[in-house]
Amino acid sequence: MAEVLKSTDRGLYCEAGDFYIDPWRPVDRAVITHAHSDHARWGMGSYLTADRGVNVLRRRVGEEAKIRGIPYGTTETVNGVRVTLYPAGHILGSAQVLVEQNGERWVVSGDYKTESDPTCDSFEPVPCHVFITECTFGLPIYHWRPDGEVFSEINAWWTANQAAGRASLLMGYALGKCQRALAGINSEIGPICVHGSIQPFNDNYREAGIALPATYRVGDLDRNFDYSRALILAPPSAEGTTWTRRFGAYSTAFMSGWMSIRGARRRRSVDRGFVLSDHVDWPSLLATIAASGAERVLATHGHTATLVRHLRELGMDADVLGTPWEERDAVETEEIAEP
Amino acid sequence: MNEFAALYAAIDSTTKTNEKVAAMVEYFRSASPDDAAWAMYFLSGRRPKRAVNTTKLQSWAAESAGIAPWLFGECYDAVGDLAETITLVLGVSATIPTPDRSLAEWVIDVMLPLAQKSEAEQREVITLAWAQIPALPRFLFNKLITGGFRVGVSQDLVQRALAEVTGIPAAVLSHRMMGTWSPSSEFFLDLIAADGDQQLLSHPYPFALAHPLETDIERLGDPGEWQIEWKWDGIRAQVVRREGESFVWSRGEELITDRFPEIREIGDQLPDGTVLDGEIVAWREGAPMPFAELQKRIGRKTVGKKLLTDVPVTIIAFDILEQSGRDLRALPLRDRRSILESVRGEFILAPVHVGTWEQLAEIRLTTRESGTEGFMLKRLDSPYPTGRKRGIWWKWKTEPMTVDAVLVYAQRGSGRRASLYSDYTFAIWDETRNLVPFAKAYSGLDDDEMRRVDAFVRQNTLEKFGPVRTVTPTLVMELAFEGIQLSKRHKSGIAVRFPRIARWRHDKTPEQADRLVEIKQKIRVSPEKPLEN
Repeated sequence: MAEVLKSTDRGLYCEAGDFYIDPWRPVDRAVITHAHSDHARWGMGSYLTADRGVNVLRRRVGEEAKIRGIPYGTTETVNGVRVTLYPAGHILGSAQVLVEQNGERWVVSGDYKTESDPTCDSFEPVPCHVFITECTFGLPIYHWRPDGEVFSEINAWWTANQAAGRASLLMGYALGKCQRALAGINSEIGPICVHGSIQPFNDNYREAGIALPATYRVGDLDRNFDYSRALILAPPSAEGTTWTRRFGAYSTAFMSGWMSIRGARRRRSVDRGFVLSDHVDWPSLLATIAASGAERVLATHGHTATLVRHLRELGMDADVLGTPWEERDAVETEEIAEP
Repeated sequence: MNEFAALYAAIDSTTKTNEKVAAMVEYFRSASPDDAAWAMYFLSGRRPKRAVNTTKLQSWAAESAGIAPWLFGECYDAVGDLAETITLVLGVSATIPTPDRSLAEWVIDVMLPLAQKSEAEQREVITLAWAQIPALPRFLFNKLITGGFRVGVSQDLVQRALAEVTGIPAAVLSHRMMGTWSPSSEFFLDLIAADGDQQLLSHPYPFALAHPLETDIERLGDPGEWQIEWKWDGIRAQVVRREGESFVWSRGEELITDRFPEIREIGDQLPDGTVLDGEIVAWREGAPMPFAELQKRIGRKTVGKKLLTDVPVTIIAFDILEQSGRDLRALPLRDRRSILESVRGEFILAPVHVGTWEQLAEIRLTTRESGTEGFMLKRLDSPYPTGRKRGIWWKWKTEPMTVDAVLVYAQRGSGRRASLYSDYTFAIWDETRNLVPFAKAYSGLDDDEMRRVDAFVRQNTLEKFGPVRTVTPTLVMELAFEGIQLSKRHKSGIAVRFPRIARWRHDKTPEQADRLVEIKQKIRVSPEKPLEN
């Protein structure tokens, strides 16, 4: 089987098409799966991405960047190689990349989840010969609950905080997680305020036609604003900074797949951990691999060696696809994924 | 078990004492008496013996989850807790949803009988239970059957919550909960009965505890307002004499009557309805023997003739809590002392000292020769305090600062100790009742003790990281050090100077080790100078 894509020191490279997928060093042509900073970097000659994600990508890589968006499901031919983007269900505009060359179908999953999410297009399984999958949560300990249950918990926490007269500081990644939370929680409980890094992404989502409740930028509010009934969304980096002083008494919570593990929650020393992830859990990961019909699976980002060994024991052809990210601790990977 | 699981989640998700108490109050308001009894049993740190082999549990869990043993191992590495790993690999919901059973039903019908079952039966019961309940109660089930249940509340807090629910003062509940009891609805109903003190024949009173003196001695005011006693280096105990029977209780609420027949005899001669508080010491020819001698008596359930002759003990009584069946604790110490002086018996009446603080400080320097650890200072006008009430009893120690800590990691030594696990890391309890490592100590044990610790380490290793072994937290050592400071670099938040092992506290369980919050308080009070050596 010809190598349609290969791992290089700049990123995943298609030689025949002369383009890179999510490169981490400047290259001429980049195909971007989604706008999180470990996948979308500044300084590429040109960017190709799903049209739904152009605005959020522009915010990440700069106004001058040459970005072209194409609709999901339409095929672009680059030097004779066919490139098609399919929804990955990770965040707004996130895409899987199907690369076809001489009848060989390779799919790069990017980051993905298979649960439905009103803030982005749902993941579509794409039949392929080789499936390059992320495995951030590629261990059997990760099982997501229906997000409705998680949002009920968040609503209950917010309501209880109100009753106790304290603000609710809910932390999660500024792009994707926070918008999903906004769409999922009950906005009638009280006012919703956001950190300055989140509001621009909210605007992008609203421009894309995704209904989000009204949000106030904390910086725009009066210094004496009473936050005791409010939900405040912030990126994890805001925790423990002077920015949080204005809230008076507050309870903290963090939304992440990592919150499945009690120890991870305690290390973060937040009051509550809500298990809400935009990545696949273990059962969905295996189901997606099976549904792809792939003859070969390449694992990247996360518990790669573990997944590969497990797939091999199931009789599949599987390998680790090395990236510089492999050297990092999996926990760190998601933490640096967003400011 | 859902309500208990919800209680656990509520306690586990806060570090604020009031919220923990509120969660318990809510639970106890609606719990049935048998559930309440078991909840109280577990929350106050009691646990039945582990009935199931954890290696077996791992393989049953891997099989139930349909994953290979190595993959379960990877999961265990990522999670770091067996009960939690098992819970997580089995998914979030029940695969065979079953109506909820009460905590007491789970404990009595499922968990306790496990110990008597064959391995095959255990497996059947446990894997079925895993399938019948969702993740949170499954986690608790696993914690309870592995004997690892722990949550951030103390017995004091449980009593506070119960007091709020029942209107019975926490001190009374605390008294009724002393010693050994088995959780049942009968026990719980007696506990919360308006007058339920009939069955408490053998019970001691909650021990009053002293705090190390942190301020300048002069600030205690007139020494005439204080009862000044030696701080004896022995075992704190109460002798209870009621209805023709004698009981000896240790501070750990353990009945130690059989281990100290001499003390029982002392009790037998007391008038009915008497309770004395004092310190058991090894005593020969009018003077205390070193604590190491007394230690020979501590570990033994029964004592032989030779040991009785070699290490005779007595009790130095410093307080009387009950006379003629009347609770004296509300009386001022001055009055209790005169009553104590009027009681006839074979015990030694604790001598008291008088003088100016200056004179006392001088006498205190001689305490090493007298075989004591310094002075105890007790306010003469105060009632017998409950628990750790501050400002009434102070320890004015001669020794450097000491902390009772739990051995958690061991590493092989070098040089003559090369093959022995002789370098230890010690931990104390943090606010959430987790053991947090805070000091390393290399010296202080003699060769024989070190060999015994080495054997313990080899038999109780939980994990190995290179040369370091994590051990089951069991051994308690008293560490002495010269100074203590707040430190950002240490996980515990404190740094100690020249830590060393003062002695091995065979008489203490890990639960009785010191708490980080108290040690931090010491720093806040006296940041400038470490106590003298």
